[in-house]
Amino acid sequence: MNPNVIGVAYLISALLFIFGLKQLSSPVTARQGNRYAAVGMTIAIVATLLDRSILDHHRGNYILIGIALVIGAIIGIGSAQRVKMTAMPQMVAIFNGMGGGAAALVSILEFLRLSTGTHLAPAGQGATIMISTAIGCVSFAGSMIAFAKLQELMTGNAIRYPFHRELIPVLLVVIAALGVVAAFVTPNRAVFFALVALALILGFALVIPVGGADMPVIISLMNSLTGVAAAFTGFVLQNELLIVAGALVGASGTLLTQLMAKAMNRPLTNVLFAGVGAAPVGAGMTALPAGATVREISVDDAAMLMSYAGQVVIVPGYGLAVAQAQHQVRELASLLEERGVTVKYAIHPVAGRMPGHMNVLLAEADVPYEQLYEMDEINGEFQHTDVALVVGANDVTNPAARTDASSPIYGMPILNVDQAANIIVMKRSMRPGFAGVDNPLYFDPKTAMLFGDARDSLSKLVSSVKAAGGALVAS
Amino acid sequence: MNDTVILGAYVFILAIIVGFEVIARVPSMLHTPLMSGTNAIHGVVLLGAILVAGQADTVPTYILGFIAVVLGSLNVFGGFVVTDRMLQMFHGRRGAQR
Repeated sequence: MNPNVIGVAYLISALLFIFGLKQLSSPVTARQGNRYAAVGMTIAIVATLLDRSILDHHRGNYILIGIALVIGAIIGIGSAQRVKMTAMPQMVAIFNGMGGGAAALVSILEFLRLSTGTHLAPAGQGATIMISTAIGCVSFAGSMIAFAKLQELMTGNAIRYPFHRELIPVLLVVIAALGVVAAFVTPNRAVFFALVALALILGFALVIPVGGADMPVIISLMNSLTGVAAAFTGFVLQNELLIVAGALVGASGTLLTQLMAKAMNRPLTNVLFAGVGAAPVGAGMTALPAGATVREISVDDAAMLMSYAGQVVIVPGYGLAVAQAQHQVRELASLLEERGVTVKYAIHPVAGRMPGHMNVLLAEADVPYEQLYEMDEINGEFQHTDVALVVGANDVTNPAARTDASSPIYGMPILNVDQAANIIVMKRSMRPGFAGVDNPLYFDPKTAMLFGDARDSLSKLVSSVKAAGGALVAS
Repeated sequence: MNDTVILGAYVFILAIIVGFEVIARVPSMLHTPLMSGTNAIHGVVLLGAILVAGQADTVPTYILGFIAVVLGSLNVFGGFVVTDRMLQMFHGRRGAQR
């Protein structure tokens, strides 16, 4: 096809990407924005398939490309439709890894095509091949580890290994040196594939020491890296749309990474090098008074306490998502409201496993949007709250983050649940949270624990509140 | 450095500025969908995969090109569908039918 037609199609795609991204940053238009971007992508794919280099010289390759496209589409759409909302973060991680892997393979293929024998690739392409190969490999390897950790194929804890702080800069320098050699000195394939191997190792080395609680920041970082890798494949192939779309994602992904790190009060360098959860056992326990005990509460007592409260604030956490209990929570909240109790939800910026993850889960259960309060809006309210009901949240309620400078999560903004008159914590067991830190909240005299599966306990609470309602009318 | 590389650099820098500006004021509730949406957009690397697979003419390049297209295609299709599923949740509340 005429290259000008392809150029115009690419221009339309680029505009649709920018417009879609703009709309994605407002709740009302977000879904539409995603669709605009998808339309842009469709136009771009069709235009690329009509590229003259394939159409004129390699028509046989259409079969190969077609089969590969269909396989990717079937697996991609199938798994995206089946994945549970709770498993969203690892789904994003794995799709991101696929993109990083694709970027690396594109550059590897261009290297094999352009540098043959003693013939170097043109300087501009040679350099950008090295960059996109290295970044693509890092993103691929890092995303796979992030996926494995979130899917619990490997421990979600931070894994320390000796010299990890030193290893990463050393790897960076060696990779850069190999890149310079392979791009400008000798097109030696062994040198190039050593770069590939070391970049994969760098990806593993970066993410293995990161604890599960920090994984959202890492996924976001890997996302922006894949964007940058895609942009550099655009330089390699001299394809402007790849440059535009890759740079857009690289920039917005970097900004998003910073916003997330800020929401968790975890500067990126801390996320990468501090390794929360790797602290020796006992480090987080210093805040606990000696001989502290926890108090348990029965379902009926908990139901009674909430039924006669003026205001109940529900603090949902990842445990709620795991138990798939968002519908039961909503039912309990409606019942309490019918009894005249004011119900609010306190949403920590990183509730669930990624910022905004909890909003998605509660929206799925038809929780009215107006009842969701962000951390800064709700924190002043806990003083006037009769009951704070913590459902499967842990680290985001840990007062040690505010008071104990020795705690690994010190400084992280938390929900001031401990200021409520009564606190009911629904939890499976006394196991520490994702950050692997003990929570003094559970030993607070105002706190009562309701052990068990969140979904199960909430159902019991619902029937108990119903029964209490009946008794109230009868008396 | 030739003209195409310089031109590419212009495009790259301008797109970075647009990328920063366009999402500067995003509420935290949209962080996850936005990450997922941008994740789908960088699936654009699929175009690169199609172009290199189109040039393939030896067995190793056929294989690598094939894998590259599969990976890019997974990123694009999976990415957009998963984002749409997330964003679907933000609608149809208050008793609306799903």
